[in-house]
Amino acid sequence: MKKVQFQSRLIPYLLLLPQLGIVGVFFLWPAAEAVRSSFYLEDPFGFGSTFVGFDNFIDTVTSTDYGRVARFTGVFTFFVTALSLGIALLLAVKADKVLRGASSYKTLLMWVYAVAPPVAGLIGILLFDQHVGPIVDLVAMFGWEMQVGVSYSDTAIAMVVAAVWKQVPVNFIFFLSGLQGISKSVQEAASIDCRSGFRRFWTVTFPLLAPTGFFLLIINITYAFFDTFGIIDVILKTEPGNNPVTLVYKVYLDGFRGNDLGGSSAQSVILMALVFILTIIQFRLIERRVHYT
Amino acid sequence: MKRLQIWDHVILLSGVFFMVAPVVLAFITSTHDAVTIYRSGLQFGFGDQGLQAYEDVLFRAGGFTKEVNGLVMLKNSLILGLGFAIGKIVISMLAAYAIVYFRFPMATFCFWIIFSTLLLPLEVRILPSYEIVQQLGMVNTYQGLIVPLIASATGTFFFRQFFMSVPDELTEAARIDGAGPWKFFIDILVPLSKTMMAAIFIIMFVYGWNQYLWPTLITTDESFFTLVRGIKQILQVWVGAQIPDYDQIMAMAILAMLPPVIVVVIFQSWFVKGLVESDK
Repeated sequence: MKKVQFQSRLIPYLLLLPQLGIVGVFFLWPAAEAVRSSFYLEDPFGFGSTFVGFDNFIDTVTSTDYGRVARFTGVFTFFVTALSLGIALLLAVKADKVLRGASSYKTLLMWVYAVAPPVAGLIGILLFDQHVGPIVDLVAMFGWEMQVGVSYSDTAIAMVVAAVWKQVPVNFIFFLSGLQGISKSVQEAASIDCRSGFRRFWTVTFPLLAPTGFFLLIINITYAFFDTFGIIDVILKTEPGNNPVTLVYKVYLDGFRGNDLGGSSAQSVILMALVFILTIIQFRLIERRVHYT
Repeated sequence: MKRLQIWDHVILLSGVFFMVAPVVLAFITSTHDAVTIYRSGLQFGFGDQGLQAYEDVLFRAGGFTKEVNGLVMLKNSLILGLGFAIGKIVISMLAAYAIVYFRFPMATFCFWIIFSTLLLPLEVRILPSYEIVQQLGMVNTYQGLIVPLIASATGTFFFRQFFMSVPDELTEAARIDGAGPWKFFIDILVPLSKTMMAAIFIIMFVYGWNQYLWPTLITTDESFFTLVRGIKQILQVWVGAQIPDYDQIMAMAILAMLPPVIVVVIFQSWFVKGLVESDK
């Protein structure tokens, strides 16, 4: 906190009032409600609810469907994170190195940040469309009959491609600013000591980028979990059928389509715990980053 | 050395192709009519329909929606994007000012209450949030659309970090000159924060404009649809259609992405600065 501060009885509370009001009504209340209803079984006809303890959690975790969705979420998150971080790092290293056209490359590689996830999904599903999609035609030449929306794995591939496309720009921006933050004297010293560019990258640049990388890892996991909702909803054309969905999508499906309030809330609470852990890790990393810089 | 540079450009150009080609293809295809697209797939050269699909989407109701046309959705998207960005900046600046510049009991408690919101994205508590907004009678209103989205403390966190970096000497000087807390805020802190406000405005505008899940739940009345929300309608028509209006679908995608992309490209340096600093 600041050393020099104002003294007032009323003003700080007045200043905080709008924020606290909104947080109270639209955050704390629903969060508490989610926790509460995860312990209750709601009557399907709306006549009250019964306390069932941890039954909703036990039902959720032991159901085979939930296991399948959780496994897919893990695989999906792994591929989205690994691919978008890898591609972005490669592009950032090259964009940092080239002398000509660096700023044009930068703009052309980052503008997709502004595209909404469902729009990314919409463009993705057109490219992968049975009738009109050029990607389907392209892979058909190699004998692969791609059926997005019908085949489980083909749908998953379309989702990963659209999600990676949307996420590369964010990672690119952070990696590039991380690279540009590495001092010129360090780079010059390294280039005198080590002639191989590849080895120089692994032994000098990469370790210096590690804090940015860890930080982005958390950001990307959070993205794959939550922000891909729009992409998934659009690629499924809102009809999941037998296609893969993520845990967050299942919370929505069970809550709004299946009217299973207790089960949906129990899933919410499990996800809350997960995000909580991720955020704690993120905060600790941020503290570390501040020490470095 | 020369040869190495060429490979760098090849890699960068493939990256650019990966990012740009899908959208260019969607745009080019949107200049053909739906039947052509249905027969021969996405197109690689401009068609003779010109910008007809955009005209249809913008001015004619009844493609994907029954009552509203694209202009109304564009207006709603602007209201959501601007309302969210401005509301968030005002509310979070006030809160951050109180937290950083005032000593009062409960300060730590308020701080943790506000920052607990960083822990849980809206998607996780979507069902109870919807029910509460419904109970408050805010379904199909702009308040119901915007205010619950503001509940996360990202903006407050950002301004808190920034205020902490403002030198104490300024506050001391202001106090010696007899400036009260309100005068200090308006005359010194707000002007100092201009660049930061611009940066966070861009990020929040894009974030608000791009909202999907919350608007699909809160707006069932077509006159409140945003462009991104309209995509849900496209899908519902698409599933039942014999020959989907591919041209209009693509025109809609382009229209929905155009304003935020323009904002990000024009204000690129502010936006990058804001993004990188805010997440530190």
